[in-house]
Amino acid sequence: MSALSQKHLIGIKYLQKSDIELIFQTAQQFKDVLQRPIKKVPSLRDITIANLFFEDSTRTRISFELAEKRLSADTINFSASGSSVKKGETLLDTVNNILAMKVDMVVMRHSSSGAPLFLSKHINANIINAGDGTHEHPTQGLLDAFSMLEKFGSLKGLNVLIIGDIKHSRVANSNIQLLLKMGANVKLCGPPTLVPKHIEELGVTVELNLKKALEWCDVANVLRIQLERMDIKFVPSLREYSLFYGVNKTLLDSIKKPITIMHPGPINRGVELSSDAADSSQSIILQQVENGVAVRMAALYLLAGRA
Amino acid sequence: MQPRAILDSKQFSLTVQRLCHQLIENHTDFSNTVLIGVQPRGIYMANRIYSLLQKLGHANVPFGKLDITFYRDDFRVKGKPIEANETNIDFSIEGKRVVLIDDVLYTGRTIRSALDAILDFGRPDDVELLVLIDRRLHRHLPIEAKYVGKVVDSVSTEKVKVDWKETDGKDSVWILGEPKVTA
Repeated sequence: MSALSQKHLIGIKYLQKSDIELIFQTAQQFKDVLQRPIKKVPSLRDITIANLFFEDSTRTRISFELAEKRLSADTINFSASGSSVKKGETLLDTVNNILAMKVDMVVMRHSSSGAPLFLSKHINANIINAGDGTHEHPTQGLLDAFSMLEKFGSLKGLNVLIIGDIKHSRVANSNIQLLLKMGANVKLCGPPTLVPKHIEELGVTVELNLKKALEWCDVANVLRIQLERMDIKFVPSLREYSLFYGVNKTLLDSIKKPITIMHPGPINRGVELSSDAADSSQSIILQQVENGVAVRMAALYLLAGRA
Repeated sequence: MQPRAILDSKQFSLTVQRLCHQLIENHTDFSNTVLIGVQPRGIYMANRIYSLLQKLGHANVPFGKLDITFYRDDFRVKGKPIEANETNIDFSIEGKRVVLIDDVLYTGRTIRSALDAILDFGRPDDVELLVLIDRRLHRHLPIEAKYVGKVVDSVSTEKVKVDWKETDGKDSVWILGEPKVTA
């Protein structure tokens, strides 16, 4: 019998190695459930979950909703557009009003870093962070690592390259923390303006030359250029970015070993990743999406058991 | 109080043999029968039955493992989630005769969960229950086994422990603990 050490899933930062292993082990069982003719178990039939999306999302939102339904939980969905948030209601008021309707868990995405952490100090429900600003996106980190684990059998000693907009990426942050905890080697690659200074102190290395970096790695996780978070110009133009840091099939073919390509989505095709690379047999992008449901089921299941 | 032996390894083996012969009596050639062991410890029992049936000339009876963790009704009651085990049923149970196998039948709640879980794999023709030990005095639900190795009358402060050659070095069944009766 084991349980998570945490009541909330705010970030990978707060998880222990044993927590991560328990989530992976449980996710594997849920992945088997998803292969069955009836892809549903009754575990959370007494639980109500609110999905609060203060920021746009397609994949994460659908993935969470599906995970909740596969666990037989009741769900309510909320998005900031078209709600009283527009009338000036505070975050805490909005959430407390929803919790007053007897909700047990909250899945929240917010554009402000730290919003889920703030909430966890004021409310009783279990909180799962579905992405907060440029801070963390723990379930994405978990599903990325789970997909690597599935492909390579072990994370220990695996060489993982994260390419692109590291500065604005919560996915990069969660990935770095998780991979280092599990004993993988992490290298970052991107334009100097988008790789934070002193990030080596986390225990990662930085390589500004994409070809050299690719030659080193087993897996390349390609990030999206987040134009919506850039209020100043970090790169001269998307074309120039693509020229120096875009991953394409020609580049991949010029490297001797087959590198596995990952992307958290949504892809800017032709910018950070070309279509021929994204759709090649080296890419496990759709497996990532598939694993996302199982990993989120595991997180929801284990947190609900902690209540 | 000292642990009391209920079955030693010789009786153990005789009991398993008898259960196999009872199965053969009812299922003749096993053409439409599947065996399903309940995780975690029902698997040991199911393995025994499966390999003995093989020796008795009934090879290739489909054999699956069922984990009922996600179907339990005491999730969130016990305070901790229970670690999940592997479920491995790589055949259809639609229209089959299912023999569900566990080591100890106690409250009946595990079997209730297992019945729920089985129905998610299809609609079997019928489901029978085979257990090594039946603690018949503690049932919470109207569930009975069709094939019973041994009936044990015990009180709830006692524990029935099944040792397996595979994990404990020896086949045997014990009663542990004090037989306190609460008023």
